[in-house]
Amino acid sequence: MPTRVGGAGDNGAVPLYRDDAIVLRTQKLGEADRIVTLLTRENGKVRGVAKGVRRTSSRFGARLEPFMVVDVQLHVGRSLDTVTQVETIGPYARPICDDYGLYTAGAPMLEAADRLVDAEREPAVQQFWLLSGALRALAGRDHAPSLVLDSYLLRALSVAGWAPSFTDCARCGAPGPHHSFSVATGGAVCARCRPPGSPAPAPETFALLAALLTGDWAVADVADQRHRREASGLVAAYAQYYLERTLRSLRHVDRTVPVPAHRPDLEA
Amino acid sequence: MYEGAVQDLIDELGRLPGVGPKSAQRIAFHLLAADAADVRRLADALLEVKARVRFCEVCGNVAESERCRVCLDPRRSDEVICVVEEPKDVVAIERTREFRGRYHVLGGAINPIENVGPDDLRIKELLGRLADGRVQEVILATDPNVEGEATATYLARLMVPMGVTVSRLASGLPVGGDLEYADEVTLGRAFEGRRVVGR
Repeated sequence: MPTRVGGAGDNGAVPLYRDDAIVLRTQKLGEADRIVTLLTRENGKVRGVAKGVRRTSSRFGARLEPFMVVDVQLHVGRSLDTVTQVETIGPYARPICDDYGLYTAGAPMLEAADRLVDAEREPAVQQFWLLSGALRALAGRDHAPSLVLDSYLLRALSVAGWAPSFTDCARCGAPGPHHSFSVATGGAVCARCRPPGSPAPAPETFALLAALLTGDWAVADVADQRHRREASGLVAAYAQYYLERTLRSLRHVDRTVPVPAHRPDLEA
Repeated sequence: MYEGAVQDLIDELGRLPGVGPKSAQRIAFHLLAADAADVRRLADALLEVKARVRFCEVCGNVAESERCRVCLDPRRSDEVICVVEEPKDVVAIERTREFRGRYHVLGGAINPIENVGPDDLRIKELLGRLADGRVQEVILATDPNVEGEATATYLARLMVPMGVTVSRLASGLPVGGDLEYADEVTLGRAFEGRRVVGR
């Protein structure tokens, strides 16, 4: 929560607060400023003005780029807060934008987080940690970018209350495995609950989706391309159904890039 | 709310980028108080820019004919193309007087969150300019931010297999600044792009 900093001789007390944050997006404002949308650990989603960050002489412009995890200090404004100090915690922007596959996989993660944490200033600690971990995995090239994206989307939706089921029937709870998938019902459906026209993904695709949801990377990493593509399609449909809006950046995901080399230097 | 014409002017000014309602009102009253000749000059300039200025068919820069003055200049090298995001970047680079090649204006940067993908930029036109083999080097001068870097990465991936040298503008310390105030990202890039001054 904001605390008052200042005292005798100052120009009055300024309500300041400090938090860890992930930069979700930036928009140009005026000549040299930006509006930054931050997902903070304690204060939820916050929008703030970063003054002069588009100038080459800016002290913290490079730290307020999308994908960066930062320690930020803001002072409370009437409509938007103002960023006053920024320190880097996770310098993920550089490794992500140096690889087009990582960049296009990371963008839907930021867009989804922005949508899932809809209200500003409502704490979303789990969403913060989930996105922070996903960006670290993406930048560190721990797994294929599309797998990290799909896993993040499934888990972020689960945290938001839309957890899918990939084994038991999502409607009646009958133990699986089942053969049909219904986005509107919430995942795998048994033969009795199956709505007409439900797709029937491969059993390996169901196994991959379950692995992505639980973080079983030993299973996910060895899945073949056909099942990854099928799982990605289902995850995209599931995410867009429950977000009630199209994730615009999903159509730009580049799935042609081979699995890049592991980057141990980015491990926390 | 004001009477018809004044309010119409405020509304139109308020649609300009970076102009809020208060600024629009201030500009409108400045124009009301200004000489009629000054206002007519401004109006003529606005109409003329729309009537005469178009985008160069080769590079995408602003031009007053089918080709811009850079593309028409026979003294400039056809072997080097500098790729920028916007026409205003051409002006910034021209101010350096360091570059004597041609330009290519992409019309933005790849930004998936804003639904801007490679197909929305003038990338096909750029690749078309490389087809005849005259271009030896492409300098990527997109903005040094996430979108600009990702666009440069994408372009390099397309162009390197075509056998052309692809270079990126150096990033690092601003001239006239103090080292201690540089952030670690910029300083890191300055180290990465350091050059040998003696051996």
